Amino acid sequence: MAHTATYIQALKEAIDEELERDERVFLMGEDVQAGPFGVTGGLVKKYGPERIRNTPISEAGFVGAGLGAAIAGSRPIVEIEFAAMVYMAFDQLVNQIAKTRYMSGNQVSAPVTIRSAVAMGLSAGAQHSDTPHALFTHMPGLKVVVPSGPRDAKGLLKTAIRDDDPVMFLESMALAATKEELPDEEELIPFGRVNVLREGDDLTIVALGSAVPPAAAAADTLQAEGVSVELVDPRSLVPMDWAGLFASARKTGRVVVVDDATPLCSFASEAAASIGEYCFDELKAPVRRVTRENVPVPFSPPMEKHILLNPDKVLDACRSILTLERSV
Amino acid sequence: MSTQVETPLLVSQYETIKRIRAFEDKSISLFQDGIVPGFTHAYCGQEAVAVGVCSALEPGDRVGSNHRGHGHILARGADSSKMLAEILGKRDGYLQGMGGELHIMDASINILGANGIVGAGIPIAVGAALSDRLQGNDNVTVSFFGEGATSEGYFSEAVNLAAIWDLPVVFICENNLYGEFTPASEVVAGEIYKRAEGFGIPGVRVDGQDVVAVNEATRTAVERARGGEGPTLIEAMTYRWYGHFYGEEALTGDYKYRSDEEIADWKTNRDPVKLTRDRILQEGLADEAELDAIDKAIDEEMESASQFAQQSPEPPPEQALDFLYSARIPGPADAAKEL
Repeated sequence: MAHTATYIQALKEAIDEELERDERVFLMGEDVQAGPFGVTGGLVKKYGPERIRNTPISEAGFVGAGLGAAIAGSRPIVEIEFAAMVYMAFDQLVNQIAKTRYMSGNQVSAPVTIRSAVAMGLSAGAQHSDTPHALFTHMPGLKVVVPSGPRDAKGLLKTAIRDDDPVMFLESMALAATKEELPDEEELIPFGRVNVLREGDDLTIVALGSAVPPAAAAADTLQAEGVSVELVDPRSLVPMDWAGLFASARKTGRVVVVDDATPLCSFASEAAASIGEYCFDELKAPVRRVTRENVPVPFSPPMEKHILLNPDKVLDACRSILTLERSV
Repeated sequence: MSTQVETPLLVSQYETIKRIRAFEDKSISLFQDGIVPGFTHAYCGQEAVAVGVCSALEPGDRVGSNHRGHGHILARGADSSKMLAEILGKRDGYLQGMGGELHIMDASINILGANGIVGAGIPIAVGAALSDRLQGNDNVTVSFFGEGATSEGYFSEAVNLAAIWDLPVVFICENNLYGEFTPASEVVAGEIYKRAEGFGIPGVRVDGQDVVAVNEATRTAVERARGGEGPTLIEAMTYRWYGHFYGEEALTGDYKYRSDEEIADWKTNRDPVKLTRDRILQEGLADEAELDAIDKAIDEEMESASQFAQQSPEPPPEQALDFLYSARIPGPADAAKEL
């Protein structure tokens, strides 16, 4: 049996099931009782205000409290309303939570799940539209997960809450209304395993989170033109399934990385560099990167549209390497 | 060593004050020998605060510390040998050399950790108290920080959280008059303990050189916290003998941010070791010979700790790649080898 759920509903199911399963799990963040994105609203009726805990607008304070609670034996889910507000809590995330196990000489772990909304794409403006996943991969100690659909959102969030390490779980609001069949039985999706969304032989597109829909649309167009595209979603940035990415790159010899983020020192850069370094002999063309433009997200819709990803940008990158054939 | 049941509280407090002083004297001597990597942030001069606070706690209670944490951790009963080994970066240190003196932690006695970032430990302590509340544990959490931390947003955010949720936290602000190399009088507005009023919680100021006064204020706060009535802010007025870190003159040069007379006054007239010892003698709780015996035993303990720390092996260099996650995460080079 299965049921259909949106990305938002899937996230809610994961939180609900984990609260039900484990008394140590609790949720805190700004407005979590109201649940303005629809993920957490209503949970307070079932679990009460102690476990569905509204916080002040105090990111550094309550993220730090999440760490203390984790050290003391709880399993906190800490919600930061928008990922662009994680900067308020940056010390706690990268200097405290990420380093707790390491600095303590393995005495304690910091099993905190930090959830945050990314990729608004709705004229939210420069301070509410960031996709800072790469920042957290640059600071060793955090796991970083960016699900691209409802089934992954649920299965990966359940894994995050049970993980003994801290997890940054970035929920793409651009995907909020996407729907998918979910199994009724419990499903835990492990981190660090690529999801091959479609198999192909001519070209690999790597994309995760909100980069998947434009990548899939470009793949559809190419497929109609007779190009066999492999679409690979790594799902988690830390741990990264390098073996899965390299296997696809070596098979097709042509790779485009699509990343809904700014380009410098991005996931796209890291993936392109590593594929270049470890799959050089099999590559028939340079690895191309498709990202947002290197600016904050502007407010006015035509400008916002101009700098964000779209299928045409992905198509252009794919076509630019499809006809290349390296001669050595 | 006699047990606490037979020993008057003030005498056992003296013993711990003396243990902290002797530990710091030893760590400074090792620093002078050039075998301490990095810095040492000595607690000398502030011992009565840590001891007055920690002697008001039950075994399950938690302590969050800061960058000047040696005293807090020793007062909680940590092992001086493992602490000294960590300060030397050795394998038998509390953190196996991973953290060093700024991050000493002993989870087995509910120490939440020292912290190298000023103020960052305060919300962590509040979260531990929240966890205890949610899980029905009867513990109280103490958060130690300096007056410098009250200028960080962390202080206000954490006290607000503890106050709105009535959490069992005791905030101990050790006002040692200086934040790094700047007098608090230049950079701290108003009176710190009075800030409590704005949060709707009790705030008191005590003489941090008086172990009895600190202990009594803490007992009141702990009782209140354990009774579900919420947090208290205690400002303990104290003084750090050796500046921000030992040997800071190497960096500050001729610049003087406090006078020699002031330092001499605190060392001569407000030394917690001397004040506590004098009080014990005045009250007839022990005689000179008994106190000398305590001093001697502690000196022997520190000598033995020093030997242990110096003889402990260096950690293997490749241990640097351990302990980041619950299991090691392979990188791209590992993956390429497997294919």
